[in-house]
Amino acid sequence: MLVSVYRYNPEVDDAPYMQDIHIDIPGGKDIMVLDLLQLLKEKDPTLVYRRSCREGVCGSDGMNMNGKNGLACITPLSEVVEGDKLVLRPLPGLPVIRDLVIDMSQFYKQYEKIKPYLINDTPAPAIERLQSPEERAELDGLYECILCACCSTACPSFWWNPDKFVGPSGLLQAYRFLADSRDTATRERLAELDDPFSVFRCHGIMNCVSVCPKGLNPTKAIGKIRNMLIQQAT
Amino acid sequence: MVTTITSFGRSGLYDWMVQRITAVVLLSYTVFMIGYLLFNPDLDYNQWKGLFEGTLMRIFSLLALLSLVAHAWIGMWSVSTDYIKATGARFLFQSVCGLLAFIYVVWGIQILWGI
Ligand code: SF4
Ligand code: SF4
Ligand code: FES
Repeated sequence: MLVSVYRYNPEVDDAPYMQDIHIDIPGGKDIMVLDLLQLLKEKDPTLVYRRSCREGVCGSDGMNMNGKNGLACITPLSEVVEGDKLVLRPLPGLPVIRDLVIDMSQFYKQYEKIKPYLINDTPAPAIERLQSPEERAELDGLYECILCACCSTACPSFWWNPDKFVGPSGLLQAYRFLADSRDTATRERLAELDDPFSVFRCHGIMNCVSVCPKGLNPTKAIGKIRNMLIQQAT
Repeated sequence: MVTTITSFGRSGLYDWMVQRITAVVLLSYTVFMIGYLLFNPDLDYNQWKGLFEGTLMRIFSLLALLSLVAHAWIGMWSVSTDYIKATGARFLFQSVCGLLAFIYVVWGIQILWGI
């Protein structure tokens, strides 16, 4: 099959280019895109990409495969290859460090902004702060996010304003803490989000939902934040 | 919290709400107009004039006009902050939109009350 990979090494290349590599998959098996990258790297050791867990847990190998963001390690070739061709690009919208590796600082800055930790100013109890099973269930579909950035880098609103719009990933996490029964900073958190950019740049395009490798739904979480803002303000 | 001074209401929630409500006003005005035209196929000038002379219609039309302007402002402001990266050009675009909006309001009032 033919693989076309985005290559860019700022130390030697003037501009990014696409490198075409023909490769035979041993045994014609349906391997994961990450395994394919390993085969490519054996052919051309200068190819650079990030990966760690190789099982969809660490979130480091997010990339754009034939136009769709996803984790290379859990995406089988059969799911993305079209006409025996695969185009691999870094996640769109963030600066490229080298080849398929992007600079995620902007993404993490947005994550930092939403204060991704429990805030509770009541005196600490002798044991843990307990939650009922129902309260705990509120966090399902939120806590599973692995911060792979597939969603935010698929979101046009994030492309245009990565410094102002928190983005689907950050907002999913914002709601994760708004929804937590142990957190007491709901008002302060909401006040931080009520500007025309942070939340309201979301136009419900739902690219985020269609790419999330963990099957999460940031659009729904954003809707819930909006409802909380409305409830508080009317 | 991102600070903005050129958006409609400076609060994202407020802009969002205004956008929704003005959309409803515009939709009902459009539906009303289409309905009126459909139910009066042989409309003449005097009947058309009479429609817009009524106080209720003037209120409805002015409401629709103001809704249109607010709706357009919020929309164009979003477009400008998405696509125009240079501050000077963005501000110029927003100023032109603001000026046009103002002109349309004055002009519209003149037409409505000039009947
Ligand atoms: S639904 Fe909102 S956050 Fe998700 S991709 Fe669309 S604009 Fe972005
Ligand atoms: S919401 Fe999904 S796509 Fe977005 S960062 Fe979390 S796991 Fe990745
Ligand atoms: S390598 Fe960890 S998610 Fe793919």
